Amino acid sequence: MSGMSKIVKTISSITFPFVTIYGLYVIAHGHLTPGGGFQGGAVVASGCAMILVAYGSVWTMGKIKEKHLSVLESFGAIGFIGLAFLGLIFGTMFFKNFLVGNDFLFGEIGKGLSNISTAGALPLMNFAVGLKVIAGLFGIVLVMAYTTKAKGGKIE
Amino acid sequence: MNLETIITHSPALIVAVPLLGAFLTPLVGKINDKLRNVFVILTVGLTTFFVFLLANDIFSSGNIRTYVFGGGTPITDGGFAIRILFEVDGLNAFMAIIASILALACVIYSWAFMKENTGLDKYYTLILLMVAGMFGMILTGDMFNFFVFLEITSISSCVLIAFWTNKGKAVDAGFKYIVISATGALFILFAIAILYSQYNALNMAFLANSIQYTFLDKIALVLLIAGLAMKAGIVPMHMWLPDAYGRAPSSVTLILVGATQVSLYGVLRMTFTLYGSQLTIPLKQIGDTSITMNGLLGITLIALALITILVGVLMALKQTDFKRLIAFAAVGEIGYIVLAIGAGLTAMGTSYGNMAFRGGIFHIINDALDVGLLFLVAGAIYYATKQTSLNQMGGLSRNMKYTTVFFLIGLLAVAGMPPMNGFASKLLIYQSTYQVNPIIAIVAILCSILLLAVFVKVFHSAFLGPKLPKFKDVKDVPKSMLLAMGIIACFIIFFGLFPEFVVNNLVKPAADAIINNTNYITTVIGGAVP
Repeated sequence: MSGMSKIVKTISSITFPFVTIYGLYVIAHGHLTPGGGFQGGAVVASGCAMILVAYGSVWTMGKIKEKHLSVLESFGAIGFIGLAFLGLIFGTMFFKNFLVGNDFLFGEIGKGLSNISTAGALPLMNFAVGLKVIAGLFGIVLVMAYTTKAKGGKIE
Repeated sequence: MNLETIITHSPALIVAVPLLGAFLTPLVGKINDKLRNVFVILTVGLTTFFVFLLANDIFSSGNIRTYVFGGGTPITDGGFAIRILFEVDGLNAFMAIIASILALACVIYSWAFMKENTGLDKYYTLILLMVAGMFGMILTGDMFNFFVFLEITSISSCVLIAFWTNKGKAVDAGFKYIVISATGALFILFAIAILYSQYNALNMAFLANSIQYTFLDKIALVLLIAGLAMKAGIVPMHMWLPDAYGRAPSSVTLILVGATQVSLYGVLRMTFTLYGSQLTIPLKQIGDTSITMNGLLGITLIALALITILVGVLMALKQTDFKRLIAFAAVGEIGYIVLAIGAGLTAMGTSYGNMAFRGGIFHIINDALDVGLLFLVAGAIYYATKQTSLNQMGGLSRNMKYTTVFFLIGLLAVAGMPPMNGFASKLLIYQSTYQVNPIIAIVAILCSILLLAVFVKVFHSAFLGPKLPKFKDVKDVPKSMLLAMGIIACFIIFFGLFPEFVVNNLVKPAADAIINNTNYITTVIGGAVP
């Protein structure tokens, strides 16, 4: 897949940070507002897909490899399961919310920003799921775009 | 950390360890291929250890263990059953043993069998995901959780069936499988939605306690049985099974056999635990005879089972592809299990009804081991000769001694010959179905003899005869494959020599869990059951 016109590239570059910030906001506030790790991750991944469409898959593949994305995805999944195991080690049960009721996670900042640290380990789990979804979805889109390139016959 | 703590937490660990291992596998695979194989075998070995620890505890004490994720009691203060719950009784422990034996044999077999393939990081990740999904389906006590693990199992097994993408038909088989299993899963989801809308709960024990047997509940029961029967490959819905079993790598087929048995476990759990107390209520009175739900359901299942056995065995007779032939035989074997369940349903409460349940449950483990062993032998022959068609084989017993012995063990076991385990369970099934109706038992015995004929034909055409010149350089398969086949063969011979021990210690607790669901409910609800 080759890139698109200069207008599309410029507009995509301008909107990309906004899309990403919004997605990260949804992930970070997953325990307070509608949405969460999966939804926010999908927003960020669609922002990445926008860049992919605008600049073309060959250019994007030059910047980031699908191998690295799959490693990131594994880390996201391990983070989620690992937090569940930490519940078994520090708490009493598997998936026990061992951080709830203390300010260990966000400290003073958490109190200031509309009591963000009210859910214990849940924000961390949301981060892990978000990382997995960003890497996974973007990896799928990237590979699909890259392999359809050969069909048209020309590589740009 | 003492043993009691490990047993308490093992229901969660049995699912969590393969899941963690699945996501660590790609990272370990970056370091070294051998290290990754060792890591996967250790992961499955650890899971097997937990399974046997838990099963030993359940079978020796007779207790039911529950595990609430995140802590707390299963039912909250206001009477809401909202927590995710794992509940392990005799039947769960029994199925977990089957799944763990198959999973362990699969990963050991894969070491040599899959060595020449690329993309093995993904292969092992999917295998571990599938194992985790299977254990989740077995151990869970929550309807929606059951659905989630069912989907995990079907998606990962779809990709594994189509793993040999360079052989175009594998992709076709994978597509067929995902269509069938997605349809089946939607049936199950619909049934769960019906139950949830009426009782506001997803907990199996809570639902079983409060079920009213309304018209909607009957629809949900039919949907559940139909959906799970699709996954199990009972005859009108069996067309995916020969393709999927035949085209997948043999190691994958072994786990697919396990996944099919787990679907049958789903049928048992849904029918007998969820609707258990309401099954014998009369539906309609015609003259002197009253039609009860268990009679109606039982006769339907018996009819389906007889068709399944006939179609499976007769189709197996005319196959020339080795793995496809075994796949049709596997369809027939599943028919025997369903036959026993149906016979048990019709004769619920009588002594031979209980015997039918015991025979059916015993046959679940025997079928998994026998058919699994035959698939591993087929894989070994493919590995050594690169042939799948029976017409191209011959005289292999001269080069592949151990494989021949293993095939002979599998042949005798699957046909129900006396020294092997298949005989013990089939005898229980014949005895009990004869009490229901002699014709059923006669058809079952005849089909079993036909099955023997099928496999004797295979044995003759593949292993006996003169040494073929093109197989001059064929050697027996590597040690890891022989070890995997040996593990399963040991279990087959052990079960065959001591059926009394197995029936009393493993099968009876599982059958009791089916016949009486009171303990399952009281463990969660507490107090008296109406």
